Amino acid sequence: MARSRFLPDRGLTARMTTVMFLLGLLLVVLVVGVGLAFRNPGIGLLVAVGGIGFAVYQWSQSDKIAMKAMRAREVSPQEAPELHGMIDRLCALADMPKPKVGIADTSVPNAFATGRSPDRAVVCVTTGILGLLTAEEMEGVLAHELSHVAHRDVLVMTVASSAGIAAGALTQGAQYGAFFGGGNRRDNNNNGLPVWLIVLVVSLVVYAVSFVLLRVLSRYRELAADRAGAYLTMRPDALGSALQKITGGINQIPQKDLRSVSAASALCIAPAISGQSLKTLTSTHPSLEQRLEQLAKIQTELGRPTS
Amino acid sequence: MGFWDAITGRSKPKQANLDDLFQVPSAALTLQTAAGFTPTGDGSVCFRAATGAAFAQSQAEVVELLRSTPDAPQVDTSTDSFGFTWIQVHRPSDDTGGLVTDLHAVNTTLESAGFGPGLLCSLVPFADASGRKVGLVYLYKKGTFYPFAPTGPQSRDNLLELQIRETLENELPIEPELSGWMALWGAPGL
Repeated sequence: MARSRFLPDRGLTARMTTVMFLLGLLLVVLVVGVGLAFRNPGIGLLVAVGGIGFAVYQWSQSDKIAMKAMRAREVSPQEAPELHGMIDRLCALADMPKPKVGIADTSVPNAFATGRSPDRAVVCVTTGILGLLTAEEMEGVLAHELSHVAHRDVLVMTVASSAGIAAGALTQGAQYGAFFGGGNRRDNNNNGLPVWLIVLVVSLVVYAVSFVLLRVLSRYRELAADRAGAYLTMRPDALGSALQKITGGINQIPQKDLRSVSAASALCIAPAISGQSLKTLTSTHPSLEQRLEQLAKIQTELGRPTS
Repeated sequence: MGFWDAITGRSKPKQANLDDLFQVPSAALTLQTAAGFTPTGDGSVCFRAATGAAFAQSQAEVVELLRSTPDAPQVDTSTDSFGFTWIQVHRPSDDTGGLVTDLHAVNTTLESAGFGPGLLCSLVPFADASGRKVGLVYLYKKGTFYPFAPTGPQSRDNLLELQIRETLENELPIEPELSGWMALWGAPGL
């Protein structure tokens, strides 16, 4: 039997599955909380259906939404032969369907993948990243994005955010409810607290916890995409140097450009915003050190002598 | 990769399927009789060279192995613009069986060293009397073949490719998705 140089990261898988479970649990907490507050489980279920429904809608439209947010356009093999050639080869190596290829005309060096399934995915790069990276580094970035596609990250992240979406909508609704229904005594429960206040507190708590958990999940998914991408190209060092260049480049770009791309930040290869406060807790991407450390481990395994 | 493995981010590198390559010699006979294309005697394996000393060692072993056989073929190594390495073997044009055995030796050596996931494709070029060339490409990850007929630096003869597909349909597993018929501009031997 041929030896394998692939090291599975069971710890990462376990942590990721735990976070996904907790996010599901959070939706249950929200449903039960709202159901108890109204003493009507139907309303709780309605909230769940609304949150999941909106997430599924976002997921099904994800390619259009993200392409629009980044002002990207699809390019044909004639327009970008090198890019298409690289993706052709990577898809043949990974045995996956070839996604559509897009280019966004912005100087921020970045890349993202989106789309509802591997069959209907888009991989998009900015003109900034095309100018910044060498062919090898670009290939590492594309392999990372293709791994996002293979891992169905858009599906996972949007469905995982349904608790947050429902809670966010409820928070808004509860504010209106408190404003218009505040004087209405019929809304009160046994404790004398207004129903809308309870809903507001529950949804705010769910929203805050879901926000943090989603960021944790996002970081784990980035690490998983780095791993799979590095194993696909067999050049972890190229992805590493690309990450160094990109994160360095992003910090040098003026703040004004950065805010305009913040909406699509979670889908990008490197975060388009460089915040300092609570950085480790709320960042969508793992730290550069963490990512390089993982790539170095893979590099060691790939380079280990056979005999 | 299953759905659950995908959403938990546990994708593994895809292993290569090596066995179907041995169907090439009989397909070569069909191509010769039905379409007038004869093997040029060349053949190549295209793979991604991993970083590090281990891969360099394996690649050196491959070339050494090919050159150590009694009727050693001529072996060339080159790197294309996409960073993939091609090992090209030259044999007499009537020895397709020996050629495929050589290519298989490359595959098994790389696979046993743990670099099977780096194998991209192998290519066996054919030519007809008027000088037209077509390559029979084997995709290791899908286990399928497709014809590639370049006519210039960035153009290919789609009609000829489809005709070859018709000819070989019953002999070889042909890649069903036309989008998977990757262009290999500047491939050695074409």
